[in-house]
Amino acid sequence: MRVSRFTPLRANRDSRPGAAPAGLGPGVSPTATSVGADGTRRIRVLAGLLWVLQIGPALILIVLCLVVWSLKSTFISTANIQDVLIQSSVVAILAMGELVVIITGGIDLSVSATMALATVTGWSLFQTRLFQGGGYVVGSMIAVGLVVGLVNGLIYVKGRVPHPFIVTLATLSVASGLALTISKGQAESGMPSVVNTLGNGYVGVVPVPSIVLLVVAIAAWWVTRCTRWGRWIYATGGNGEAAKRVGIPVGKVLISVYAISGLAAGIAAVLTAGSIDGGSATLAEDPVTLLNAIAGVIIGGASFFGGRGNVWNAIIGALTIGVIENGLALQNVSPFAESIFVGATILVAVELDVLRSFVERRIRTLRANLAAA
Amino acid sequence: MTGTPLLQMRDGVKSFGAVQALAGASVSLHEGEILGLLGDNGAGKSTLIKCLSGVHSLDSGEILFRGAAVQIKSPIDARRLGIETVYQDLALFDNLPAAENFFAGRELCGPRWLSNLGWPRNRQMTAATKRMLADLRVNIKDFQTNLALMSGGQRQAIAVARAVAFASTVVILDEPTAALGLRESKNVTDLVRRLPDKGAAVILISHNLEEVMNICDRAVVLRHGRVVGEAVPTPDNHALLVSLIVGSLATGDSPQPRPVSGQPDSHQQPAAD
Repeated sequence: MRVSRFTPLRANRDSRPGAAPAGLGPGVSPTATSVGADGTRRIRVLAGLLWVLQIGPALILIVLCLVVWSLKSTFISTANIQDVLIQSSVVAILAMGELVVIITGGIDLSVSATMALATVTGWSLFQTRLFQGGGYVVGSMIAVGLVVGLVNGLIYVKGRVPHPFIVTLATLSVASGLALTISKGQAESGMPSVVNTLGNGYVGVVPVPSIVLLVVAIAAWWVTRCTRWGRWIYATGGNGEAAKRVGIPVGKVLISVYAISGLAAGIAAVLTAGSIDGGSATLAEDPVTLLNAIAGVIIGGASFFGGRGNVWNAIIGALTIGVIENGLALQNVSPFAESIFVGATILVAVELDVLRSFVERRIRTLRANLAAA
Repeated sequence: MTGTPLLQMRDGVKSFGAVQALAGASVSLHEGEILGLLGDNGAGKSTLIKCLSGVHSLDSGEILFRGAAVQIKSPIDARRLGIETVYQDLALFDNLPAAENFFAGRELCGPRWLSNLGWPRNRQMTAATKRMLADLRVNIKDFQTNLALMSGGQRQAIAVARAVAFASTVVILDEPTAALGLRESKNVTDLVRRLPDKGAAVILISHNLEEVMNICDRAVVLRHGRVVGEAVPTPDNHALLVSLIVGSLATGDSPQPRPVSGQPDSHQQPAAD
């Protein structure tokens, strides 16, 4: 007693009347039991809701497909499904890169400009005598992507730029400027046949771009889910300061995610160059590709604050956008209206995410109350 | 408490811009000891422990480990010496489950030649985490869900248990029971009290004098980045500690030399300034 009289700091918690006996013994009063039973039930309900929200992106896609199919039966036909897959592949591959960046809490605005620069570079190489082989052209496009990504990461981390938005906005501008300069502002045609096959070809009924996407997706899944490095990517996004304190090389992790994003842009460039049979600087000026890639990741349930998101959901997000585009085209809706629907889907996805974090907070509070009871 | 201290800071100075957070602080921690670190807000407690755990590095002064000068430039250096820290903000990953938090930055992965691309041995890590949490009598049942879904007490228990489980020499705790309920904070104090038996010494920052009196063998008081006194935290010394913390014993910067035991230097130096 004498002691607590002299305690000027934080004394009130410990001297709370009635709290001490409950805390010292394991005895639980009858009121606490009923609160507990009610609490557990509510937690179970909320946990169920949480599970539904977590598989939300897949639900959205399935519902969307059913709606489109019911309106137009040709939606489920080999040709149309191939169409959707080809349309979505480039966006989905870009989304893979964007996803790892977003998991760390960053953003990469430069991907479509990088893509444009890569296609133009590949085209210029194809014009030379020495390096017009398919291997050189493909390699150069991927290398350009990787280099731009590395530059993004290095400037962001080593230059201590406050936010990647700024860095990648700058490289967006630089890369599209370079692409325009090299191509003199014109769409240039001509690509080696390997590139054309990668962008346009089929293996049986399966479009080659989808196979490329599958390979990229498995690689992205392996890096993010099956390696220590991937774990560090999530940790960095979850709590960068804590990551530093537990000895995770946060700087290197951040540089690597921008490099991965650049690499994905390079691969997407190969597919695009193949499908348009050439290099085009104007790809950089079309914001839809970039925004669709980001939208795909967000529809796939990744958090802009970092720490959350996964490869398969991001692909589902990209496919969702592909199905919206396709469905509208089948309904002969003007392509101008398409972005309205994409925008609405983004809002729905984000609201579901807001609901998810609300449910998580509720569960946490309920558990804390249970522990205190 | 004789012999070479386990961990010692000598004349540590650390400034952030114009603010001098540590102004020549000297603290030593002995084997098997639980040392309380007291002081008002801004006294330099957190900075001191961040210098010991490698988050900050000292501008001047030195850190000795078992009598030998060591450079603790990063949290990894501190970890190599067996020093683990529980920070005030817990430094947890809300987006990861318990086992991944436990092993963050030191994941068990294989095969070795894949280095950082090796796959995390999840089952092994979860099993180890379960074992360690059970050893420490921390009650966590769910090893699948993220920490975001756990209560404040569970999260804090995981943060403390993580440090305790991996520390081989020193555990540093920055207000480990702040924001905890009564029973939860009792669990944490019990856990801390058992640490010397496991062979780890403890530095405990706390605002709660009762808690310090309950667990600590010795209490050091910081004020304006200097050690202004130390005492064995007993109810008899309560008033003394309070006055050291708020500085009412002192005239200006120089406290009365009365409470000193074993470290006279730190008291005469401020007076000489």
